[in-house]
Amino acid sequence: MNAQTLRVGTTLPPLPLAPISRTTLALFAGASGDHNPIHIDLDNARSAGFEDVFAHGMLSMAYLGRLLTGWVDQSRIQSFSVRFVAITPVHAQPTCTGVVTSLTEDSVTVDVAVTLADGTTTLEGQAVITLPAPAEQDTDS
Amino acid sequence: MAVDVERALALELPSFEVTVERGRLRFFAQSIGETDPIYIDVDAARAVGHPDLPVPPTFMFSLSLEAPAPFGYLEELGVDLRTVLHGEQRFDYATLSFAGDTLALSERIAEVTSKRGGAMEFLTKETVITRGNEYIARATSVVVVRNSVVSA
Repeated sequence: MNAQTLRVGTTLPPLPLAPISRTTLALFAGASGDHNPIHIDLDNARSAGFEDVFAHGMLSMAYLGRLLTGWVDQSRIQSFSVRFVAITPVHAQPTCTGVVTSLTEDSVTVDVAVTLADGTTTLEGQAVITLPAPAEQDTDS
Repeated sequence: MAVDVERALALELPSFEVTVERGRLRFFAQSIGETDPIYIDVDAARAVGHPDLPVPPTFMFSLSLEAPAPFGYLEELGVDLRTVLHGEQRFDYATLSFAGDTLALSERIAEVTSKRGGAMEFLTKETVITRGNEYIARATSVVVVRNSVVSA
């Protein structure tokens, strides 16, 4: 991020991801500690009325976290919130995007989203990022 | 089955401590395809001034899943886990935490609301994360209970 060139409408470099495999869901279940079987056990998902397992919402939010920390130092993130608006089916291919929606002297608000290849938006949210103090800005790019 | 709101708000969720493990943070990084070395390589993290691997932004949610029975509050309220979806998630950060930190988590059910005459209920759980006397972050989760989707 270059604080001097930020404007409302500035977009973050998008983060395209590989299609979500069952292996990814199994690994994320273990790594995240979310062992809810609906994400990894087809029988469980079907008994709840779903055709197949689907991705953890927090996997997509973690991808959005990568979008943000790829853009700014993590310590500048003041808040980060999302609404999970649609399920991410297994094999879906998400892309994370962000756009600056407001800007003050010391912070910037970024609207973030995760969208699947078929156009479905699965997550919508916002992050508030602290801007570097003016003295820091010459070296922070 | 409708959630008993008074009972939900009165639930005492146990406070607990978690020591953040470096290997677990690496596993998390791997599972989300993270390639930034500061989340994987201690030397890279130290080179940018961190004492160890930083806890990434959404791992705070995983810390709350380290509770002895992370979904126990839902079971206590008679909620079938298969009817639960994650509706919203928010984090407010005061400062970073790192591998090796022992963090304390204290949780409460902050709000219960319903829509469509009780067909959908929304439980808000708030988790405050501290390190010693230092406030680290607050995590706020909304889970959606879809009543009467599971007939069995």
